[in-house]
Amino acid sequence: MTATTRKRCVSLSADHVHPVNFDPTDAGHDPHHPHDHGHRAVRLGIGGPVGSGKTALTAALCRALGDSVNLAVVTNDIYTTEDADFLRAAGVLDVERIEAVQTGACPHTAIRDDITANLDAVELLEQRIHGLELVIIESGGDNLTAVFSRGLVDRQVFVVDVAGGDKVPRKGGPGVTTADLLVINKTDLAPLVGADLGVMTADAHRMRGGLPVIAQSLVDTPDAPAVADWVRAQLRTLAAVS
Amino acid sequence: MNLAALMIADSRFPGGGHVHSGGLEEAVARRLVTDEASLASFLIGRLRTAGALGAVFASAACRGRYAELDAELDARTPSPAQRNASRVQGRGIARAARRAWPTAALAELLRVTPRPHHPVIVGVLVGEPFEAAQTVAYHAVTGPATGAIRLLGLDPFGVNAVLARLAPEIDAIAATAAGHADTPPADLPAPSAPGLDLLAEAHDRHHTEEVRLFVS
Repeated sequence: MTATTRKRCVSLSADHVHPVNFDPTDAGHDPHHPHDHGHRAVRLGIGGPVGSGKTALTAALCRALGDSVNLAVVTNDIYTTEDADFLRAAGVLDVERIEAVQTGACPHTAIRDDITANLDAVELLEQRIHGLELVIIESGGDNLTAVFSRGLVDRQVFVVDVAGGDKVPRKGGPGVTTADLLVINKTDLAPLVGADLGVMTADAHRMRGGLPVIAQSLVDTPDAPAVADWVRAQLRTLAAVS
Repeated sequence: MNLAALMIADSRFPGGGHVHSGGLEEAVARRLVTDEASLASFLIGRLRTAGALGAVFASAACRGRYAELDAELDARTPSPAQRNASRVQGRGIARAARRAWPTAALAELLRVTPRPHHPVIVGVLVGEPFEAAQTVAYHAVTGPATGAIRLLGLDPFGVNAVLARLAPEIDAIAATAAGHADTPPADLPAPSAPGLDLLAEAHDRHHTEEVRLFVS
């Protein structure tokens, strides 16, 4: 309760505000909306450790794809609306195209073991936005073992960064080894942190077999063109299958 | 205990329960719960009010009358945030249940109310009044208890022991609730906790103002 509302309650002025919602119009029968089962957007997960640049990549993809693809974003940042606020402030996406999910302090659970809250958010966006083609689901920052459930996403990108240490790809873990695309981010920082980009990409390719790896810097290429091209190719592939 | 009851009570059941703390997060933010002793007190209060109410409706749901139960539980839940939390969890369980237990009773419940209240759908799935009530009463305390481990870093063995000591009370509440399986919905008991209502509303408002990790 803010100081203002508390003061109003004590003074009992005509316009005083209660901490509890007594609005009778809120007490009606379940205001559910029928679900349109006929349409389903492609779901793209973006995961990776804290600070690797997931939100910046999401914003870049919104800029690169927003004009040609009908898209929306679900964020799982543990600080509630932090990432959503970042995307709104960046002006890359309308407010109604962003949903923030609360994960109960367990970001990996919300994208892997119990995907209910994220599915609710995706379905809410599909109901709200007619003809939605792509939902980008950004995980909260987590560790190298966190991957998206295949029940939640169709494709997933795992983002690591040069400043996190050039041994990260070598450590492996399901994010590095199994994600549909591995992005090595912040390549412009390599000389500053003494990271060997050649070792990182070679390790990444060795750990991932034939799966693709893209090294990029959003300082050099703010709209992430290589990743955006990969996403477009996935959208074409998935459209051809469905 | 039947397998559906065990699966639904399991914290690894993918029904969306792990993002709800039953008012515990708001209580922690206000320093009303700080340690095992204050957690035990919070859990007993929640069990005897919200837990007992949910248990009664879970038991009654084993006998049908879904539309009446839906309206009567709405009427006994004055906080809009709590009504929404109950329906969000009910819908989450429904998503899992459509795949796991596609029975005629479940289809009828979801036809009447696509976002059922949590205790009502648990009653439908478990199907036996005492076990349905026991499952919902246990849910009323296990969510906040694990929330306290995550938010306060309490010793998980200590919290687990707190939960275990609630067993006689959970069973007593479930037995009372089972006795109401055939009570007309309008005549079902209406235990309430104004404190939990206020915490739920405050939590919901703080969502938009500051950090909250749980939905409720």
